[in-house]
Formats: sequence, structure tokens, C-alpha cells
Amino acid sequence: MQVQTELQPSAVTTGEPVIVVDRLTTGYYREPVLQEISFAVPRGALVGVIGPNGGGKSTLFRVIVGLLKPWQGRVLVGGRSARPSPDIAYIPQIHAVDWAFPVTVWDVVMMGRYPRLGLLRRPGARDRELAEWALERVRMHDFQAKPIGALSGGQRQRVFLARALAQEPSILLFDEPVSGVDAPTQHFIFELLEQLCAEGRTALVASHDLSCVAQRFSQVLLLNRRMFGFGPPERVFTEELLNQTFDTHLLLLRYGDRVIVVESPEDGTSAC
Amino acid sequence: MLVDLLLEPLRYGFLLRGLAAAVLIGIICAVIGTYVVLKGFAFIGDALAHIAFTGIVVAFLAGFVFYLGALVAAVAAGLGIGLIQRRVGLRTDTAIGILFSGIFAFGIVLMSVGIKTYTVDLFSYVFGDILSVRPRDLLVILGLGGLVLLLIGLLYKELLFVSFDPVAAEANGLPGGALQLLLLTLLSITVVASVQAVGVVLVVAMLVTPSATAYLLTDRFHRMMLLGAGLGALSALVGFYLSYYLNVPSGGTIVLVASALFALVALLSPRRAQLRLLVRG
Repeated sequence: MQVQTELQPSAVTTGEPVIVVDRLTTGYYREPVLQEISFAVPRGALVGVIGPNGGGKSTLFRVIVGLLKPWQGRVLVGGRSARPSPDIAYIPQIHAVDWAFPVTVWDVVMMGRYPRLGLLRRPGARDRELAEWALERVRMHDFQAKPIGALSGGQRQRVFLARALAQEPSILLFDEPVSGVDAPTQHFIFELLEQLCAEGRTALVASHDLSCVAQRFSQVLLLNRRMFGFGPPERVFTEELLNQTFDTHLLLLRYGDRVIVVESPEDGTSAC
Repeated sequence: MLVDLLLEPLRYGFLLRGLAAAVLIGIICAVIGTYVVLKGFAFIGDALAHIAFTGIVVAFLAGFVFYLGALVAAVAAGLGIGLIQRRVGLRTDTAIGILFSGIFAFGIVLMSVGIKTYTVDLFSYVFGDILSVRPRDLLVILGLGGLVLLLIGLLYKELLFVSFDPVAAEANGLPGGALQLLLLTLLSITVVASVQAVGVVLVVAMLVTPSATAYLLTDRFHRMMLLGAGLGALSALVGFYLSYYLNVPSGGTIVLVASALFALVALLSPRRAQLRLLVRG
């Protein structure tokens, strides 16, 4: 089966699924982290992967990019078994990156072009154009000469998003993009992700923060080692399912189309 | 007058060879040292040098060329360390420490037991002797060093991506594991090329110090590499002349010059914060 990777501006969330996860079980060192996960993501979807820390969100992403093999079941991306490729952009949690490394914003974004270039080829005019375009898109163009260590958390996330865009992917996997990031940047990142999905790219976003992101997704996967729900947010974001997923007592308050989650009792309120 | 002082030692072939070897080693060590400093491989480099020594002793007893013994031992150790790291994670320094000091001790004992009858002093490999570099050794240093520089040049962008962000690089389809093993192999080769001239104990200083000095002076990767190579070559050059005129060991003098350059830059650098980043790791 051949799946077209050309991006279609008018693409909608229908047709052949781009990612199929079918009865997936996997983990590390014989210790299962994910068990019996099944869902399918249509092209153009913006999927929230929601669950507590340690619930297997990053593990799921590692399987979809092909860094971790399924023990049981299968994971198909574009109709083929998942394997590393420049067509999938994976933005790991930013605390995994070494900020003392002597590279500038421009250097980092350019890295997005390296896998497409192949061995022995140096970046050319088209690669520089794409890097410029990606920096414009995340509004970090004026920062291109800055060392990566001099940026704020939100700016770092934008730079890594730019690197992912420079890669020309049809799928983006974004791990905890809003943790440690200021509210305007959160808003900006989600606006951009919505645009990218409207253009026909597919995005999966992991988050343990519920209230800020609830309305943004076309689909939500509730994940805590097992799957507790998958579907549109208005169907999946119920008090019952969320409390099962997080194994706590959350109160869900709805004000019109806004949802506010109150963690009880002493964790305080998380809202935006 | 100064020119005479500079040219005088070069009238002797063995001194000229020693100088050429020292400068070459200064350059190669600093280029691979850029990765050593940024990835925290200093301890691994030290271990490889000690393991290479045992390889030298074994090769000597068995009647091989000593480079062959050193190369086999160091590359095998480098690959072994790489595999351990990938399987177990990052806290491997204890395992490396146990393994390398054990193998080094074996080399020391083997040397004292096996080489009694020879006049050859393998201890020169422990502290290094630049004046013992024969024409054939210079060719080997040139060959091994050239190979290291060539591969780093060809795979520059891939090695940069994998060093900076290994997970993303691998997810994008770069062979992350293979590139990391290649880096350790290149480190092993560099150590072997350097061991005769600067010695087992001081190789790590040549790997780390010039590159760390360069790190304080720039925030671009390629500049750190070029600047480090320049500082490594400068340390070798100045150290060589100082050791000649003061009649002190060359390996130690070269490293002292590199250390002095680092201290100078660290004190004067406007980027003192960089130093803290580097030391904290």
C-alpha cells in the first residue's frame, strides 16, 4: 500500500489512517510499559496524548518513530511498519538536550535538513531557504545567531519546532511542549500546530497538563500504561475517564466551551 | 637571534621529527577532543590509553609491531565501552574504572615479568618520549591522524547532530548507534597515535585541555574544533622548545603549556559562565 506524503492544504481528517496502532504491547528490559494499545489516527488530526508522568507517553512516541520495537501487536505509519525516517519529526522533551553545546539557533534548525541530505552532501540554497522559512514560522528569525543556551524555555521549544518543520515531515510527535513554557508561548505553539494540521500534517502532542490543552485537540488518547479512552475531547474528557487515567480525584468544571480541571485536595488548581 | 634559537634544534633529524609528531598529535587530539569535552568522554579516553599500554606490552612480548597491539586493544576496549553504554545507560564509569585499571595493572606486571632481559624501556610509553619517534612512527601518526581527520570531515554534520541530540538524530533516520561507536573508535585510534609521544598518563590532557580552552572562546561547534586544533598545535610547539632548552621531559612540558593557556583564558574570558557550564557538565 502506498501512502502519498505530499501535503494537501485542503486535507481533512478523513480517509486512510496515517498511524495505526494495533494491540501494541512493549516496554524496556522485560518490563511492559504499554499494554494492549489500539487506535488509528487520520491524516490532519491533532491528537492529544494525555496521561500522568510515567504513563508511557514518551514510550508510545518512541514506538511510532521506530526507536522501540513492539513486543506484540503492530504499529503502522503510512501503511508500513514504523521505522526512523525524516518524514516523522520527533521533538523529545527538551530537558534531554545538552544546553551547554556550542550551537546557535541556526545550527539547530539546519540539523533538521541533515537526514534528508544524506551522507557527504552539504546544505545548499534550498536547505537554507527551508531553515529560514521554519524560523519565520515560529517567529524566531531574529534569534538565529543566538547560542541555544541563551534562550528561554519557550524560545527553545520554538526552535525545536522549527527544526522539525525544516525537516518537511508529514507527522509531528511533540513530547510535553507546554511544560515549563509561558502562557503566550503555549498559545502560540498550539495555534501553529492547528495550522500545520489544517495544512494536512498530522500531529501527536503528549501532555500531562489537562486544562490548557483540552479544547485544542481533534482527538484525545488517555494513556496510563493501558488505554483509557480515544476519541474527540468532548466524549473522552469525562470525570470518570480522567480519574481512571490519572488515578486521582479530579473535578471537571465546564464553563461554556472551556474546561477547568481542579486537582484535589492539596495540589491546588490548574487552569488557564 | 630568536630565529637561530628556533632553528637550532631542527638541524637534528630526530628533533624535527619529534616536533612534527607533537604538532600533529596536538591537532588530532584537539579535533576529537571537541567531542570528548562536550560528551564527557575524558574518563573513557584515559581508560583507552591505559588499555593501549597493555596492548603494547603484549605486542612486544609476542613480537608484533607495537602499534598493532595498541590499536587492537584500544579499539576493542572502545567498542566494548560503547556497547556497555548503550545497553546499561550512562552510569558506566565504575565498570570502566574497574576494567581499565585491571587491564593496565596486568600490563605493568606482564612487562616486569616478561621483559627483564631486554634493554627496551617500555616505561617511556607511560610518560611519553617525543625524541623516540622514528621515521616509521611519524608515518603511522600521519596515517592514523589523517584517517581520523578524514572521517570526521566526511561525517561532520551527522556526528554533530548525533552528539547534540542523539534521540532526535536517530528518530530522523541517522544510524545513531553506529555513529557513536565510530566516535569511540576514532578516539581509540587517536589515543594510540599519541601514546608514544605524550604517554599514557598525559594523553587525556591533550584530548581535553586545548578543546576546553577553545570552548571558552566561542559558541560555534566548528570554531571550537578549529580553535582547539590551533591551541593544541601551539601547545606542542611552545612545549617542544621549552623542553629542549630547559632540558625537561617533552610530554609534561607540552601539557603544562596547554594547561597554562587554559588558565589564562579562563581568567581573562568574558564568558566565565561558560566555564561553569563546562565543569558542571
